[in-house]
Amino acid sequence: MSERAGAKEEILGRIRAALRDAPESSPIPRAYRRTSEETMEARITQFAEMASDYRAHVRLITSSAQLQATIEQACRERSARRIVIPADLPQEWRPKGLELLVDENLPHESLNDVDGVVTACAIVVAQTGTIILDGGFAQGRRAITLIPDYHLCIVFADQIVGLVPEAITELRTARQSTHRPITFISGPSATSDIELSRVEGVHGPRTLEIVIVTEPRTSASI
Amino acid sequence: MTRDTDRSTALPFERAAKISLQDSQLRRNLGNATQNIRAKRQRVVDEMDDWEALREAGRAIKERVMHDLDEYLLQLEASVTRAGGHVHWARDAAEANRIVQGIVGSHDVTEVIKVKSMTTDEIKLNDALAEVGVQAIETDLAELIIQLAGEESSHILVPAIHKNRAEIRTLFQRTLGVSDLSDDPRDLANAARRFLRDKFFAAKVGISGANFGVAESGTVCVVESEGNGRMCTTLPQVLVTVMGIEKIIPTWQDYEVFLQLLPRSSTGERMNPYTSFWTGVTDGDGPQEFHLILLDNGRTRVLADEIGRQALHCIRCSACLNVCPVYERAGGHAYRSTYPGPIGAILTPQLKGIDQAPSLPYASSLCGACYEVCPVKINIPEVLVHLRGEVVRDRQARGGLRERLNTETLAMKFLASIFANPSRYERAQRLARLANGPFARNGAIERLPGYLSGWTAMRDLKAVPQQSFRDWWRSRS
Repeated sequence: MSERAGAKEEILGRIRAALRDAPESSPIPRAYRRTSEETMEARITQFAEMASDYRAHVRLITSSAQLQATIEQACRERSARRIVIPADLPQEWRPKGLELLVDENLPHESLNDVDGVVTACAIVVAQTGTIILDGGFAQGRRAITLIPDYHLCIVFADQIVGLVPEAITELRTARQSTHRPITFISGPSATSDIELSRVEGVHGPRTLEIVIVTEPRTSASI
Repeated sequence: MTRDTDRSTALPFERAAKISLQDSQLRRNLGNATQNIRAKRQRVVDEMDDWEALREAGRAIKERVMHDLDEYLLQLEASVTRAGGHVHWARDAAEANRIVQGIVGSHDVTEVIKVKSMTTDEIKLNDALAEVGVQAIETDLAELIIQLAGEESSHILVPAIHKNRAEIRTLFQRTLGVSDLSDDPRDLANAARRFLRDKFFAAKVGISGANFGVAESGTVCVVESEGNGRMCTTLPQVLVTVMGIEKIIPTWQDYEVFLQLLPRSSTGERMNPYTSFWTGVTDGDGPQEFHLILLDNGRTRVLADEIGRQALHCIRCSACLNVCPVYERAGGHAYRSTYPGPIGAILTPQLKGIDQAPSLPYASSLCGACYEVCPVKINIPEVLVHLRGEVVRDRQARGGLRERLNTETLAMKFLASIFANPSRYERAQRLARLANGPFARNGAIERLPGYLSGWTAMRDLKAVPQQSFRDWWRSRS
């Protein structure tokens, strides 16, 4: 332990010695775009377009009343019959005809045996087609959206921000999620390691499906 | 699987490059890959009207970090500790490796899983773990490929850029024991997925690097594509992260700059598939024991150099590799350094000491393409020229009398004395006009004799004019 304490003091000492002659640093210019004025419709369109561009499958529905049927249909089309869900996924979203496993700290091997997972998200970014999970409402812990091969994620129109800086601000201020684990997801897992040719699906879910509810959330829908 | 070549004592760049230039397969792979990635990058950078403003912000944030690095490190230590993590300080590679060995040893494991990390390559962590009987399994597809092949990385971002699909197929058939395998990248990726899945579930300890660590909140992040980063930072009970001290950013808000600059510069994507952020430990989600190792290993030496310190601003995007005409032809192995390409040419000699990599500052034509694409505006050509001066000064200081009396040193001394004095300069000009005679033809000198012949081997030298500016000026009155 004493050696480590010594390391800390020595590194700090080296830094201070190295910086003796350093000039004052200048203020940080933030002239880049930090807010967008796009309408909600434009944000929905852009998000759907960008997410599709990364080969996520996107479905649009107009009301949260359609969620249950849409989720069930989507899962069936993927032959996903055993689905894991976070414990706080609303009852009225839960598909009836599928086998649902509520995650109560399921072992990793069990998560590997299910066909898919259904969750909500924290916010999404239109500019990049990025879904952001912060472990909040109806998202569960990170392992459930990582191990299953199919992830269906539900997005409400008012969760779509325009730009990356808006998402970063929202996570810090409104959601205060910076102390929780956060995951940015842009399309399904991919690699370009072999001759830079893109292959979807290495370790994360190989299929990412996004259901966008084009009406904002109401107190009934969350 | 051992990486036994000590690259510091290896071949100088100009000789190593000659070897790789003869590998036509390598040149084809590299040529295709770098052209492809350059085009992708350009497309997504052109989408951004505010790209220059983002670069300027990125540069300024990094400059601020370096200016107050000691305070930010203390702040980071406090934030991570508050969030339930443990912070360690390592002066050099050996100390960092000892710390990791200690942590891994206390958990009694024989295997750990690793996310691709330049920093752990730099300190040769895998070798250090092997010494204590622990195998580090690389989980990034390209890192797995080179680990299985027993080779070294040749690119920051795409370490196996030098291998094509047929070579990878043969390698997987031999090492993963899969006989029925095509050379379709999809099949190859699947073979890796199957092999690694069990490793992810079994591993108790995960090891990662860090792309950024926020001083204010203690939030560390790993930017990746395949999901192996998520696996390694989520599934094990224990997570060890080795982070260079220069990877700090002051506030959470600063992610808004770097998460735009990095993916577009690096893979040419608007956003990379996965970015994982974690702050200490979180009850019920992910590792319950987190260690952050802050590594110096030469970084404070770089910080002390007024011009060279900007190399620490690097966010490891590899855009400079992809645009570099020298890298494109010579490949990453020729640099004999963990960090290849233009950034490696300025970082490695500074991290290790100029005498350890004296050929690298010359591994460039100074064309400036690297500076143009750098997302944090590191003036790589400026640092290269500065380091070339350092190489000469270092050689003179170390070389003793022999080095001080070599022809080049003496010639430079002689020239310096001529340029320092106007009348000496004029006499030299007159002398040059006389000496010009036998060599100049049609205003150009095509061939110089003896020691000077190197200068004209590839290009003509303009002949000394019959009248100098000074002569002309005097003749006016």
